[in-house]
Amino acid sequence: AEVEETLKRIQAHKGVIATMVINAEGIPIRTTLDNSTTVQYGSLLHQLTMKARSTVRDIDPQNDLTFLRIRSKKHEIMIAPDKEYLLIVIQNPCE
Amino acid sequence: ELKEEFTRILTANNPHAPQNIVRYSFKDRAYKPISYVDQMAIHFSLNGNMILKDSDEGRRQSIRLSTAAAKAPVETSAVTSEEEEIKDEESTEDTQAAGEEQAEGSGIAEVAEAVKAEEPPPPRVKEQKLANQFNFIERASRTLNNPMRERACQSEPTPCKNFSATANQWKIYDAYVEELQKMERSKEKEKPKAQIAKREEEKKKGRKLTSLELQSDDITKISKAAKIMERMVNQNTFDDIAQDFKYFEDASDEYRDQQGTLLPLWKFQYDKTKRLAVTAISWNPKYKDLFAVGYGSYDFMKQGQGMLLLYTMKNPSFPEYVFSSESGIMCLDFHNDHPYLVAVGFYDGNVAIYNLKKATSQPSYKSSAKSGKHTEPVWQVKWQKDDMDNNLNFFSVSSDGRIVSWTLVKNELVHTDVIKLSVEGTTMQGPEGLQLQTLGCGTSFDFHKKIDYLFLVGTEEGKIYKCSKCYSSQFLDVFEAHHMAVDSVSWNPYHLKVFISCSSDWTVKIWDHTIKTPMFIYDLNSAVGDVAWSPYSSTVFAAVTTDGKAHVFDLNINKYEALCTQLVVAKKKNKITHIQFNPVYPVVIIGDERGHVTSLKLSPNLRRMPKAKKGQEVKKGPEVEIAKLDKLLNLVREPESKA
Repeated sequence: AEVEETLKRIQAHKGVIATMVINAEGIPIRTTLDNSTTVQYGSLLHQLTMKARSTVRDIDPQNDLTFLRIRSKKHEIMIAPDKEYLLIVIQNPCE
Repeated sequence: ELKEEFTRILTANNPHAPQNIVRYSFKDRAYKPISYVDQMAIHFSLNGNMILKDSDEGRRQSIRLSTAAAKAPVETSAVTSEEEEIKDEESTEDTQAAGEEQAEGSGIAEVAEAVKAEEPPPPRVKEQKLANQFNFIERASRTLNNPMRERACQSEPTPCKNFSATANQWKIYDAYVEELQKMERSKEKEKPKAQIAKREEEKKKGRKLTSLELQSDDITKISKAAKIMERMVNQNTFDDIAQDFKYFEDASDEYRDQQGTLLPLWKFQYDKTKRLAVTAISWNPKYKDLFAVGYGSYDFMKQGQGMLLLYTMKNPSFPEYVFSSESGIMCLDFHNDHPYLVAVGFYDGNVAIYNLKKATSQPSYKSSAKSGKHTEPVWQVKWQKDDMDNNLNFFSVSSDGRIVSWTLVKNELVHTDVIKLSVEGTTMQGPEGLQLQTLGCGTSFDFHKKIDYLFLVGTEEGKIYKCSKCYSSQFLDVFEAHHMAVDSVSWNPYHLKVFISCSSDWTVKIWDHTIKTPMFIYDLNSAVGDVAWSPYSSTVFAAVTTDGKAHVFDLNINKYEALCTQLVVAKKKNKITHIQFNPVYPVVIIGDERGHVTSLKLSPNLRRMPKAKKGQEVKKGPEVEIAKLDKLLNLVREPESKA
């Protein structure tokens, strides 16, 4: 569907290393990386997202987390949380 | 052995007495030795027959003797028999006693003997019969012991599950919000059915959503997140451009002596539109980063398909919406109040309305040959205010000389000819005395911002007609504007009287609609494709020419020359077709013949607001702009009026 195309485009975009979709329990549904790395990323980032969301909502319950970006030395991890899923993209921003 | 001493003891024990007599004990049901054995040894016993005088027997005998004395002869025998009986009894007693002695021991025997001697007759009878006192015979019985069987029953253990959660403030808030929604829903159900139409619409939308959800596999639920992600990824990739867009102000403008530059930002392209030319660009009135691009072809010979793409500046690599059509799109317009409705004019003369909220790639409403489409390409469409019945309506102008108003009545496009552009002085005599009116070909039009009925039409002959919606056969005014086709006319967004026109005759002219001659004329050395006023200033406008250059003018600063003339499109073979200012950001987008849309940022010099004199406030707003332009116009007018 359209979403599939969007995901493909994201994956094909310049600098993108990996794309993954994680469900509400931290289990990867769709990934372009190998299994072990995906599982690791999935569980760790899931916990982090839950924590971030909890933080945002604790401060103001009417607010909600829309996007989370972690910039590290090597690359940037972008997390788009949804009601049930997490979309994670690892990109190497070209500088 | 001889010296052994033998002790001799003198005891009172009877050596003949047995030492281990055992009696059966019923209580213990066993033989038990008697604890004490009688040790008496009787050496001699003589039974006497002396009876105690005072005992019963003695008294009886004495009585008998006394009566026997009376009955001497009779009773003597009785007495003697009694005596004999007594003797017999005594002898028997004795033998019994002896036996007893031998059996039990002498002590008891003596006592027994004495007792038995005194009371011989009564116990004798009883002794013989005695079994036991109560006639008790042991009779035992026993009930059957039921065999025991273990039988157990156990209910199913209630399923237990460990549950842990954290009650955060937002979880409580969520629960309350859900409660509220439930209550609201139940209230809505109770409301009278007067609002069926609206609710049906909502339901339809809701149904669409739910049907999508039902059909979907897991992936479609993530569409929103995917969209955001794509934009983020793009932002990362085009990070420098995004930074430029937001923050970069060309510092070198100070040294450029009022000249400005256009900084190229993103470039939008789509592979399916590579062969098509950009024929129309328009910004969305609601979302300031969304713009629509219409694709078609200006070439008469090469007519193909058309496309309508909507891009957002947030995602330069892929359009948000894609619509395709059979005929090339020539113009488009967003509705001001309903920013999801796009009116489109085609090369084949049709018009259509696309609804962005609907997922289809086909137009929601389309005109057809039956419903009065144009016979020539539609060059411009513009939305109007809703008519009295609250129906949407828009105008279109075409080369067939008709200006048509289309109204959306009950899901159909109904057309009304507003004006026919008749060329004056060209009524010809056709066969059979008919008067043929050749019609001019309209190429562009623009409606006045404030005066609703007033609009301008530019034609291929180079004339600009000032028309009113009310008069269908006559024009209010005619301007002999250009020598060639008028490509674009546009009212000034601030000043009510000024409009601008551009033409393929290389000129851009600024007019006051009350005056027949133009105020300003600019020659740009190449056919001008499009001209547009800037939204932030009444004196700034931009024009694009077919040689790939963009010109930006600011009348306030320089009345005769462009502040910026820049080659925007790289290849020489490429012609620029349209330009539009972003209503909010200092960005212009330019479309060209190759299907590319380039966005450029205006440098500060091009955006200069009039400097405030010291002590005076800087007034902002339309009045200032109008005043500014008025001043300029007056400068131009006066010499003319003098002349």
